[in-house]
Amino acid sequence: MNLMKRTISKKILYPVLLSFIFIIMVMMPPYVSPYTIILLNSIFMYIVLTVSWTLFSGPTHYLSLASAAFFGIGIYVSAILGDKLPLLVVIGLGGLISFLLALLVGLSSLRLRGMYFTIFTFGLSELIRHSVQWWEVNRTGTVGRWVIAVDHTTVYYVMLAILLITLVVTYIIKHSKYGLALLSIGESEEAADHIGINVNAMKIITFAISTFFMGATGAIMATRWTYIDPSIAFNPLFSFMPVLMAIFGGIGHIFGQILGAGVLTLLADILLTKFPYYYMLLYGMILVIVVLFLPKGLTGLKEEVKKWLKVD
Amino acid sequence: MLEVNKINTFHGKVRALWDISLRIAEKEIVSLVGGNGAGKTTMLYTISGILHPASGTMEFLGNRIDGRSPHQIVKMGICFVQEGGKPFPDMTVRENLEMGAYIRETWKKKEEMLDHVYKTFPLLKQRAGQLARTLSGGERQMLAMGRGLMSRPRLCMFDEPSYGLAPLLVKIFFASIKTLREQGMTILLVEQNVRQALEISDRAYVLENGRVVLEGKSGELLQNDHVKKAYLGL
Amino acid sequence: MRILEGDGIIKNFGGLAAITNVNFYINQGEILGLIGPNGAGKTTLFNLMSGSLSLTSGVIRFKGENITGLKPHQICKRGMARTFQLVKLFGNMTVLENILLGSLFGTLTGIRQSNALEESLELLEFVGLSGMDGILAKDLTVANQKRLEVARALATKPELLLLDEFMAGLTPTEVSLAIGLIKKIRDKGITVFMIEHVMKAMMSVSDRIIVLHHGEKIAEGIPEEITTNQKVIEIYLGA
Repeated sequence: MNLMKRTISKKILYPVLLSFIFIIMVMMPPYVSPYTIILLNSIFMYIVLTVSWTLFSGPTHYLSLASAAFFGIGIYVSAILGDKLPLLVVIGLGGLISFLLALLVGLSSLRLRGMYFTIFTFGLSELIRHSVQWWEVNRTGTVGRWVIAVDHTTVYYVMLAILLITLVVTYIIKHSKYGLALLSIGESEEAADHIGINVNAMKIITFAISTFFMGATGAIMATRWTYIDPSIAFNPLFSFMPVLMAIFGGIGHIFGQILGAGVLTLLADILLTKFPYYYMLLYGMILVIVVLFLPKGLTGLKEEVKKWLKVD
Repeated sequence: MLEVNKINTFHGKVRALWDISLRIAEKEIVSLVGGNGAGKTTMLYTISGILHPASGTMEFLGNRIDGRSPHQIVKMGICFVQEGGKPFPDMTVRENLEMGAYIRETWKKKEEMLDHVYKTFPLLKQRAGQLARTLSGGERQMLAMGRGLMSRPRLCMFDEPSYGLAPLLVKIFFASIKTLREQGMTILLVEQNVRQALEISDRAYVLENGRVVLEGKSGELLQNDHVKKAYLGL
Repeated sequence: MRILEGDGIIKNFGGLAAITNVNFYINQGEILGLIGPNGAGKTTLFNLMSGSLSLTSGVIRFKGENITGLKPHQICKRGMARTFQLVKLFGNMTVLENILLGSLFGTLTGIRQSNALEESLELLEFVGLSGMDGILAKDLTVANQKRLEVARALATKPELLLLDEFMAGLTPTEVSLAIGLIKKIRDKGITVFMIEHVMKAMMSVSDRIIVLHHGEKIAEGIPEEITTNQKVIEIYLGA
């Protein structure tokens, strides 16, 4: 249900514009350098992670730091089964196993709120990393694994498809009554429960849906590293970056999340190439400055500029 | 004792108080009455320093208080008991009360003050070791009032003190207001229980839409036609 | 018919006995009042009824069905709604969205979204908040927030409405208006169970009143009986 007021022109303009952009994206690969394709793959990956993270954590304010766990599971599914099963099946499995794990995680963390939930998810992510490491070393007898190679262009098209599906599903949920219900859970969980919203079920299912996309992404992006081990696959950075990107871009709108992920990934890449020794410092500084002056992220820029102009 | 002159306070862009002036003399009980959204709480927030007025002046015991921060105003001798009490939920009743005497001068005498508050509100003594968040709504109110008294204020401001209190406790509370005055306290009372507020106070101001529309002796206001119709439901 | 029955209700918080062996019932269509000193356990009893808290022992029957142990959303869908002592609105959402959620999720049968919108607008008018549909809930005055909470509860199409200190903080004139609203609710066929300290309201709308003290029911009867009850005067009303 479209509860936000939209003018007629926007209703036609946005889908047309987006279809146009999509078509360009589909046609692009033969005309651009491999470097650009690889960069775009990274951008798509971070957009999916950010948008799916925000699907649950945005409205409910349950900040999950377990994204790395689900992303990593996707990577491992690919590493273990990549040479035995067709690509699309592997990706589907990556998503599915993440989904199932998320259901378990959700059920076990039901009573946790606020900071406790966040730390629990972080601890969980680390637990999974250490567990996989233990299993690999003691049972399988390896530390890392080789990943089957897939060419960049294939990765590009798969990621683009996953991105499209993620955006469509997120948009549909956000603008449905379930999106409204998720917001109400973030406002007052007890009240939401008392007006008939099955809060527990909604939290767990939404959380699991968001992790499906993370797992699927992990499965296809595994090929970006030829060799993976638990510390690469379950790198906590994949838990923190989506949060930063969402806040940076503007957590309230899907467009903000896309912008945040896109800009920060691009920025990291540019800084890394131009200032290889200082890029972390500069990256951090830019993050701090933006969050200090634009509390609503980049999408709040228009508002802030208006405020500044009025002051002058 | 307290002089408020042409205060204008804004909530963001919206003006909540329009040129409000009022005065309270020592040992007076003054009430501020009015409907929901009239600006009563905003007035208290402005006096206590939580909100700063956009224009106008306020003086307490001859010293300017507008623009000062809340903790400075507490030090000067004004205590503000907020609506609903707002006790510190994870501290015990006793700890909450002790926090009320935080200012250095009163901290030394806190045992004495504690006894005094326990006498006024025996229920608090009963529940002294309980965590504040386990108290019921009305009990929290009582706790907040006790906590406010701990700082030995000269002027005590109460925001909706009878909110959620059982009738018996309301009677006890208003009786203790009288006791407080006998002990030398000056009191500013904001109440939606208009009848009780007018019955106990010496003078009153009636606020509507952020402006003072009536002021005078409480006894006279109780007979006022507008007050009777708009507030007393008569 | 007894729409709500509580049998042998006991609730302990660790060593603290909050509710001790309370038995009560509400007849369909009546307005039952619940009074008692602060800390007597009134809101706790409501929390037990609505599913927020679990019973230590005892049985709750709603419309003849045993609802002990059900979750709040299940109880809501069966027809019991409530408001809270400290208003729990969805502050950053609009007035309309608050009510709409109640309408969309509060019933066992689904509802078409266009119908939900219509119903919500009607309820807005019913409680006296016409024209405020686009305002954020947190920007309302306290009295209006309480009305909104009632509207949201009514959107779930309850047969029994639990009101927790609905009149707190209202001027006598506002209390009269609120009493009018409760009567309108009763006229719609909804049974009302209300906690109140404002005796004027209690007296004018309640059919019966029960009195809680230290977690026990110490009196029950029609308003006149209660206000002349010695014990009640001693522990609650004052002389």
